[in-house]
Amino acid sequence: MSQDLLNKLTESINQNISGAIEKAELPYDFATITIHKEHIHEVLEFLKNDKNWNFHFLTDLTGFQTADEKQLGVVYHLHNMMTNIRVRIKTHFDINKPEIPTATNLWPGANWMERETFDFYGIKFKGHPNLKRILNVDEMDIFPLRKEYPLEDQQREDKDNKMFGR
Amino acid sequence: MAKKEPIKNTEDFVEEKEYSILNLGPTHPATHGIFQNVLKMDGEIIHEATPTVGYIHRAFEKLAERRPYAQITTLTDRLNYCSSPINNMGWHMTVEKLIGAKLPKRVEYMRVIVMELSRIADHLICNSVIGVDTGAMTGFLYIFQWREKIYDIFESICGARLTTNMGRIGGFEREWPQKTWDLIDSFLKNYPKGLQEFANLLERNKIFMDRTINCGPISAEMALSYSFTGPNLRAAGVDYDVRVATPYSSYEDFNFTVPIGTSGDTYDRFMVRQEEMYQSMEIIKQAIKNMPKEGGFHADVPDFYLPPKQEVYNNMEALIYHFKIVMGETDVPKGEIYHSVEGGNGELGFYLQSDGGRTPFRLHFRRPCFIYYQAYPEMIKGSMLSDAIITMSSMNVIAGELDA
Repeated sequence: MSQDLLNKLTESINQNISGAIEKAELPYDFATITIHKEHIHEVLEFLKNDKNWNFHFLTDLTGFQTADEKQLGVVYHLHNMMTNIRVRIKTHFDINKPEIPTATNLWPGANWMERETFDFYGIKFKGHPNLKRILNVDEMDIFPLRKEYPLEDQQREDKDNKMFGR
Repeated sequence: MAKKEPIKNTEDFVEEKEYSILNLGPTHPATHGIFQNVLKMDGEIIHEATPTVGYIHRAFEKLAERRPYAQITTLTDRLNYCSSPINNMGWHMTVEKLIGAKLPKRVEYMRVIVMELSRIADHLICNSVIGVDTGAMTGFLYIFQWREKIYDIFESICGARLTTNMGRIGGFEREWPQKTWDLIDSFLKNYPKGLQEFANLLERNKIFMDRTINCGPISAEMALSYSFTGPNLRAAGVDYDVRVATPYSSYEDFNFTVPIGTSGDTYDRFMVRQEEMYQSMEIIKQAIKNMPKEGGFHADVPDFYLPPKQEVYNNMEALIYHFKIVMGETDVPKGEIYHSVEGGNGELGFYLQSDGGRTPFRLHFRRPCFIYYQAYPEMIKGSMLSDAIITMSSMNVIAGELDA
């Protein structure tokens, strides 16, 4: 995606939902728009249903943790197959209150992707029809992809990330 | 003898409708992998299905956060293990995009050959298994020798057959031996005959057609809303193919058709895969014909590509690179990447967040199987149990990719 197109896209989002955009970037030529958490559902709905943009296809939905480890985020990859334009929508929120509206009412395919995100990050998708663990066992009481759960044995003190890399 | 009382109240005898619960799986010979479906059955009609997945979940995304980039290739092998080279190449391309490596045309063409060979291997298994599940074992037994021949080619390239770990970041580990080219030539020469034999058994077979047409159909709208990709989406009539939409590895140089179906049923999925195998052979032929003579087998990325051994022993710089690569101490640029390739089952995406460290900060695999398998309960609702089995095999759900 070119810079012009990204400007047009952010402009049309701003016109319809004012104050939604936190920042818009173009890393590796892939439009990335960070949205304030309160507006995320509105923006997704707009992008999906708008006649011009028509991002009708949800390629991917997943979670991530920000570099300072205090926030969690969700990233959506949307795709308009007719014009072959892709866009990445990101949002982030406090790790202690990980709640976000579900996208299953826009794309039924978001169902399992949100369950997977919940399973690994503990992000609660409000309004999800069946939000429970999918790949891990139901009895698990941690959210394994969060950075506070190291991969190696947690009892070990002789290995730290500073010395041995991540 | 007691006198029988006449029935007064007939309502006492009207039974309530009861469903029976059937566990299909986790290890059922017809599911071709470890996943369970709890079916609520009305006789032989499926009323409701609840899939349970995750039986072979291996936490690849967490593992990847502690592994240097070169070591993640082995994880990708185990996603869709029917076509591991596609996963390997997809991962290499993602890292190359991140570090900004420019590859010689020759390497890209070699990759195309490998990827198309593995696409043939993937589709061939899926289609022959549809045959097995409809009761036609013969096709499966005959066509399987061709998969072995493809695996022979892989073996001659990288030494492994199933979980290949093929190539390196920046190219291939070595020049392909002459044997590889000979094997590819003989495969291209003889495989159409074998495939035709297989097609004769099933494609216009009345029993097979009756069994598969209108079985497990899905409309284009529903397929799109469930984020279907790959042959399953194309069978529903949407001509979306990553190779054409966002060409990678020089796919724009090749001339091929994207076959599509109309109704998205099992027969269409079967036929789309059949045709794609012919198209893949076309692509391989074009790649061999137009293969550049010059260019070598790898790009010039000393930070990621192991130097030749004789240099490591005699040259300080090479030794340092060797050590850094083996120990995984190479830093990469910061960045956020989404790269996707057309895998055997659809758009296989790699979403990578790098914070500049030696390992990815976050790596997510967009696994096509996982995403489209969630539509399965809806697709089999109201159909017979035996139809549900072939719907599943025609969707080509691979447990490794499903559970990651």
